[in-house]
Amino acid sequence: MTKPKLAVWKFASCDGCQLTLLNCEDELIPLAGEVEIAYFPEATRAVVEGPYDVSLVEGSITTPADLERIQHVRAASRRLITIGACATSGGIQALRNFADVEEFRSVVYAHPEYVETLDRSTPIAAHVAVDFELRGCPIDRHQLLEVLAAEIQGRRPRISSHSVCFECKRRGNVCVTVAHGTPCLGPVTQAGCGALCPAYDRGCYGCFGPQDTPNATSLSARLRVDGMDETQVLQVFRTFNAASEVFLRASEQAASNRDAEEVER
Amino acid sequence: MNHRLTDGGQVMHVSTLARVEGEGAMHIELRDGRVTDVQLRIYEPPRFYEAFLRGRAWTEPPDITARICGICPVAYQMSACWAIEDACGVSVPEAIRLMRRLLYCGEWIESHALHVFLLHAPDFLGYDGAIDLAADHPSVVEIGLRLKKAGNQLMTVVGGRSIHPINVRVGGFHRMPLTSELRALRPVLEQAREDALATVRLVSGFDFPEMEQPYEYVALRPEAGYPIEEGRVVTSEGNGFEVRDFPAHIDEFQVPHSHALHARLDGGARGPYVVGPLARYTLNHDRLGDLAAEAAREAGLGAVCRNPFRSIVVRAVELVEAVSEALRIIDGWSDGVPPSVPVPPCAGEGFGASEAPRGILFHRYVLDDDGTIRDAQIVPPTSQNQAGVEADLRALVETWVDLDDHALQHRCEHAIRNYDPCISCATHFLDLTVDRS
Repeated sequence: MTKPKLAVWKFASCDGCQLTLLNCEDELIPLAGEVEIAYFPEATRAVVEGPYDVSLVEGSITTPADLERIQHVRAASRRLITIGACATSGGIQALRNFADVEEFRSVVYAHPEYVETLDRSTPIAAHVAVDFELRGCPIDRHQLLEVLAAEIQGRRPRISSHSVCFECKRRGNVCVTVAHGTPCLGPVTQAGCGALCPAYDRGCYGCFGPQDTPNATSLSARLRVDGMDETQVLQVFRTFNAASEVFLRASEQAASNRDAEEVER
Repeated sequence: MNHRLTDGGQVMHVSTLARVEGEGAMHIELRDGRVTDVQLRIYEPPRFYEAFLRGRAWTEPPDITARICGICPVAYQMSACWAIEDACGVSVPEAIRLMRRLLYCGEWIESHALHVFLLHAPDFLGYDGAIDLAADHPSVVEIGLRLKKAGNQLMTVVGGRSIHPINVRVGGFHRMPLTSELRALRPVLEQAREDALATVRLVSGFDFPEMEQPYEYVALRPEAGYPIEEGRVVTSEGNGFEVRDFPAHIDEFQVPHSHALHARLDGGARGPYVVGPLARYTLNHDRLGDLAAEAAREAGLGAVCRNPFRSIVVRAVELVEAVSEALRIIDGWSDGVPPSVPVPPCAGEGFGASEAPRGILFHRYVLDDDGTIRDAQIVPPTSQNQAGVEADLRALVETWVDLDDHALQHRCEHAIRNYDPCISCATHFLDLTVDRS
């Protein structure tokens, strides 16, 4: 049986999610025995022509050239899996999506003619069909290995879509909100990190994006009880998954509350 | 891709540089054996970090700027913390500086091991990448992966995770790691120390093309120890300055072929300057610990290293230093240190710099009295080294113009990888000015 061909593609991103593949130090060489690493410029000069059985795609779409390139990647890929917050939600680059309505309204370059960029950062699924989305900023190494194993075995990956709160309970963390009144996005954020932030005495900041049944309105009320003002609520939802629908609505609600407060004043 | 021009010229073009972090291309034009144009083209999509930071809270840069780079997030977190604390007039206690240094050692180990073994060694040993290399030399790749894993484990204990650590905050850390957690790393780091020494022996035996480059070297130099998390700026021509004077000495400018700004020192009057391992070593080799200093001597490094191809040897020596430092800090650590100090917001301007694995990383912030960020400037190492890379390519192509196209192209790619360019880092920051009229 021929080995499945794996390709790794980069769009606008920090390299961290594809680095996660290289951070599988114990599994990297065995993995290379199971799949043919056919296109992975960060790791090798060698290029094996497509089509590819599995493509991992990191990064968001932010340039006219990348609008074209993602179509070619899709056409050359039997299965296309997006990895990380940039690829699945537009990532931190989606902060530009708010530029027109907020403070960097008239941002210009020294030489704008040298640069081609879009005014929005969009996830891969906004442009092509995506077979699976792996969340996180960055993705979790164990989840990446699970996704790759599932691809090799031809099954669905076992990736939970419940909240970080489940992981906190499982890890035995004391709830930072209940015990210390620390604002925490854990209740609305998808699990996967292992409830890392609460284990380090800080509130979750939502880097895995919304879980599957989030109640952000209720959580926003709790964040205010825990001492956040509307600007802080807006900003805590507007980081690495700012364009995810649930976080987007929560930040817009905080923005409109803030505007109303200003009018009152 | 190589092709001849109708006027007899020759073009060598590599559209996707491999084994670098991020997306870049190389374009070289030759006429009559002379290089007429050299471009390190950085086409990675621009990412607007400085713009995103405006209007955010003073507490946010460590988490936000970490996302500039998955390979050296700690460098961004540390330079950001120093700059914000400087703006707010806060200096952190020695214990917090030491814990920052320990976290940073983890990043150096992880990043240098990645570059030495997975990205750079294949050039010297004649492979396309580490997977092929592992087929013929499994023990070499095993050493590299074990070292890399040790760095990642150290970062995970101190920072929570190795990519975009969550434990760093302005003022220190959210939670101090326990002595017991740190001491548990000892066996891993002792093995890493052996592996790092083996790395120096391995790479010092590589064949290095002859090349001496005359650049002004720029690195940090702290009051004591090898420069990692802080220091004042020193240069090989004796033109040192304080970190706060960085913008007065280093100016950035845009060139058409790169999404990363180029930089020049003192107006560029003394030619390109270079940051990174070669500069750090040349300006601070007297600060290496005994083990790393001995390893450097055995590797034949001397007091000054001006051959960019030998940067791999310096990285290996720095691996020994980073592992030794980590062990030293862990052995001296005791519990009971408060994880952070308060950093109340304050109107002002602050400056911070640290030695990212690839060289000096500078941050500057202007804050309002409520801590809102009004302006941010970030100068990463790879953008500073672009002029040096291009000058190396120019010199190299003219020296080796008789090589066949394939060999010459490979040597040029190798020369770019000498700098371990992090293109993702370099491209985050096109100069943005806000027109509020």
